[in-house]
Amino acid sequence: MTVFIIRRLLQAVIVVFIMSLIVFFGVNVIGDPVDMLINPEADQAEIERTIKALGLDKPIHEQYLFFLKGVATGDFGKSFIFGEPALKLILHHMPATIELALVSLIMAIVLGIPLGLYAGLFPDQRVSRGIMAASILGFSLPTFWVGLMMIMLFAVYLGWLPSTGRGDTAVFLGIESSLWTRDGLSHLFMPALNLALTNISLVIRLTRAGVREAMHQDYIKFARAKGLKPRRVIGVHLMKNILIPIITVLGLEFGSLMAFSVVTETIFAWPGMGKLLIDSLLQLDRPVVVAYLMIIVLFFVVINLVVDILYSVLDPRVRLKDQGT
Amino acid sequence: MTVLSVEGLKTHFFTRAGVVRAVDGVDFALERGGIMGLVGESGSGKSVTGFSILGLVDPPGRVAGGKIVFHGEDLAQASEARMQALRGARIAMIFQDPMMTLNPVLRIDTQMMEAIQAHEAVSRTEAWTRARDGLAQVGIPSAEQRLRAYPHQLSGGMRQRVAIAIAFLNNPDLLIADEPTTALDVTIQAQIVHVAQTLCRERGTALIWITHDLAVVAGLADRIAVMYAGRIVEAGATDEIIDRPRHPYTVGLLGSVPSANKRGERLTQIPGMTPNMLALPDGCAFRERCPRATEACTNEPPDAADADAHAVRCFHPHGTEVTA
Amino acid sequence: MTDTVTIRVETPFQRFWSEFRESKIALVALIVLASIIVLAVLAPWITPQNPYDLAQVDVLDGKMEPGSEAFAGYTMWLGSDGAGRDLYSAILYGLRISLTVGLAAGVLALIIGTAIGLVAAYAGGRTEMLIMRAVDIQLSFPAVLIALMLVAILGRGIDKIIIALVAAQWAYYARTVRATALVESAKEYVEAARCLALSHTRIVFRHVLPNCLAPLIVIGTVQTASAIALESTLSFLGVGLRQTEPSLGVLISNGFEYMMSGRYWISFFPGVALLVTIVSINLVGDQLRDVLNPRLKR
Repeated sequence: MTVFIIRRLLQAVIVVFIMSLIVFFGVNVIGDPVDMLINPEADQAEIERTIKALGLDKPIHEQYLFFLKGVATGDFGKSFIFGEPALKLILHHMPATIELALVSLIMAIVLGIPLGLYAGLFPDQRVSRGIMAASILGFSLPTFWVGLMMIMLFAVYLGWLPSTGRGDTAVFLGIESSLWTRDGLSHLFMPALNLALTNISLVIRLTRAGVREAMHQDYIKFARAKGLKPRRVIGVHLMKNILIPIITVLGLEFGSLMAFSVVTETIFAWPGMGKLLIDSLLQLDRPVVVAYLMIIVLFFVVINLVVDILYSVLDPRVRLKDQGT
Repeated sequence: MTVLSVEGLKTHFFTRAGVVRAVDGVDFALERGGIMGLVGESGSGKSVTGFSILGLVDPPGRVAGGKIVFHGEDLAQASEARMQALRGARIAMIFQDPMMTLNPVLRIDTQMMEAIQAHEAVSRTEAWTRARDGLAQVGIPSAEQRLRAYPHQLSGGMRQRVAIAIAFLNNPDLLIADEPTTALDVTIQAQIVHVAQTLCRERGTALIWITHDLAVVAGLADRIAVMYAGRIVEAGATDEIIDRPRHPYTVGLLGSVPSANKRGERLTQIPGMTPNMLALPDGCAFRERCPRATEACTNEPPDAADADAHAVRCFHPHGTEVTA
Repeated sequence: MTDTVTIRVETPFQRFWSEFRESKIALVALIVLASIIVLAVLAPWITPQNPYDLAQVDVLDGKMEPGSEAFAGYTMWLGSDGAGRDLYSAILYGLRISLTVGLAAGVLALIIGTAIGLVAAYAGGRTEMLIMRAVDIQLSFPAVLIALMLVAILGRGIDKIIIALVAAQWAYYARTVRATALVESAKEYVEAARCLALSHTRIVFRHVLPNCLAPLIVIGTVQTASAIALESTLSFLGVGLRQTEPSLGVLISNGFEYMMSGRYWISFFPGVALLVTIVSINLVGDQLRDVLNPRLKR
């Protein structure tokens, strides 16, 4: 088990390293920072001063090493627009994104698994067909369009929910979140649902596929032959088998939620990392873009590692194989 | 005392390509403690017969006719709730591949204790004790450790013993064993047969042993029924069937057992292939492979029993002349 | 007399088609999809206006409601956008771009991904391991992120978007092809072919590849839909196609600012067109998957 973890850690480090290379060379070599950043009307002296200040005059490999050092210490330079350290900016916006992503994940589980279970157990019923059709809609509809429509319907026409922004937050159990206030909840609902839609559909389909495959297995028949009630056959025998792949996928999807929040945050003006990224991209605020990319890569690598470990913990076949029987 | 009486059982599968009459008119009876071997090749309907008795036939199949009388009660008409109460308690079943029948992600003790607790309100400790004793009875050493194990940590033979132990946990009146030794080594086979036999004799449990291998049931069963294409074509006491087989198919089966041949002689084979259940020939389903078939065989062959309750469904059984 | 049962004999394609037809929904989706493609191809001939010919566009026509009349005399059934472009025409032209980008990215990703997957499966050893590592890593990142990264580096524009989309999607094909190829090359007919000393390329193309087709087709359909959706998302966010290459995503983005003032149609109709396209592709792909999947007992 430890060997496994060490190997995966090494892999993770390599990935982060490669990504840093890609990001650095992509941004610094392909784009021309001098053109992008410096006011064309500035006089020569100012241009040179800015170049020196941003370290743009050094040879490329030195710049890269400088960059790496920055990554290791968390220094990505200052945002061109805000003047604040890029990392600080991103960390400041992270909690909002995490809150959004977590609530979406929970929605996906709470809605997706029961619906998928039903669709898998009674595949020929009209409700089940309806669920599957809805799930196709769910992941086909572009998130941004659904978000737009939700705003149109619930905010503009019906006026039930606020259209943009994050609501008031409160502190509970040491965590500051907008979940604890009514105003916060009303602001959170639409964006979280919007973000969750693709995942709800995914979970529905995964659960249904898992159920359909597992139901034909002999161990289900054997469980029935023991005279077990259907509740137990499904709730214990079936669920334990299909939950393992679902949980792993969900773990990976959490990372995806963080990335996709870019779209939802833009539409709902949710003050998270994603919106920051898009704004920075459009305004060519390079340090922030770089910082975001690196942080998100780190996030992903960590999530993948955790999921891998979780998988081997949950599935006794994998776990015990490592330990030897 | 008759434990089980199957009368005219028909189980059909209604598929896109047509109706498969997997079991098409099967009759047999089983006494308390009696052991019957149900023999046939793949597709003969023997496993489906077993599932039909337990009510475990999945769509697109269902029991389409006949009676399954268990202790006077017709199971074919019983409700699902009633069947759940019977399964695992009064009628138990074990399957062919123990790796797939035991849930790979649940521990052995979980899978055993739930079989007990589904039918009786007992405490966890008591259920655990009974499970441990059950394992000991099927000859599994270090039962307490095995209880905490997962199925893949046990060998094939041991898993099958666990399955048998589970089956006997509630002292059933009838055990249906669907090819339990087919997936195991020959040496382990003998052990499993022995375990099942001992327990059945001790507790007076009736046993239906489903197999394609006549040799296995020859030493185990009191009676043998041979199935072909959904019907029983020959049935009788084991000695009768083995020593005086009458249906040409049974003769073929016995003849193709390698040990029955002298060295140097060619192995006897039954010519032809297993029947296509969607396109059975008229009359006797075996006639296209039968060396004794005549024109008469295009009609339904009669079911005739002689004085020793040795029944055969054939126009020209061995021991009679082949006339047109 | 027992009744006889007739067994239908059909060619594989007929059987495929009859199984596909079982789902009415998929059939409808297929028809809808075909119609959309036809409409898009015929766009210049069936629209009253070429919305990108500045001479035909009059800003005084702008922001008119659906059903209003344009200065040039035709009815703008779906209204007009801020600059005076007839929305119906804009949508059809936009469909062309969206479909082209999605298809181009899908096909390119398929070719590249398949090639890489085949190389990996056939080469084996360290090459395979390296390639599959890259595939795994790439797959652990969501397509959106990869596309964003590349867009941040490369900038906007139709060619760059296609590159970004291909980069985000090739890994799916590579992984599937390699898995199928591995299974296939372990099968006996490949050994038999090798024994006959057939050349490597011949074995791959004539024997291994046709068996990979089924999953490729399924993935291809779904990924094309995904490419279209991804492009429109990027364009909507303002980091995708430019105003000069107005796909449906760009149109929706343009209409965003008018949403609050109640002029919903500028975003709404292009959105409907987009989602009908994506949904029908996905429905067809879904049924394809069910029909071509050997594991679901039928």
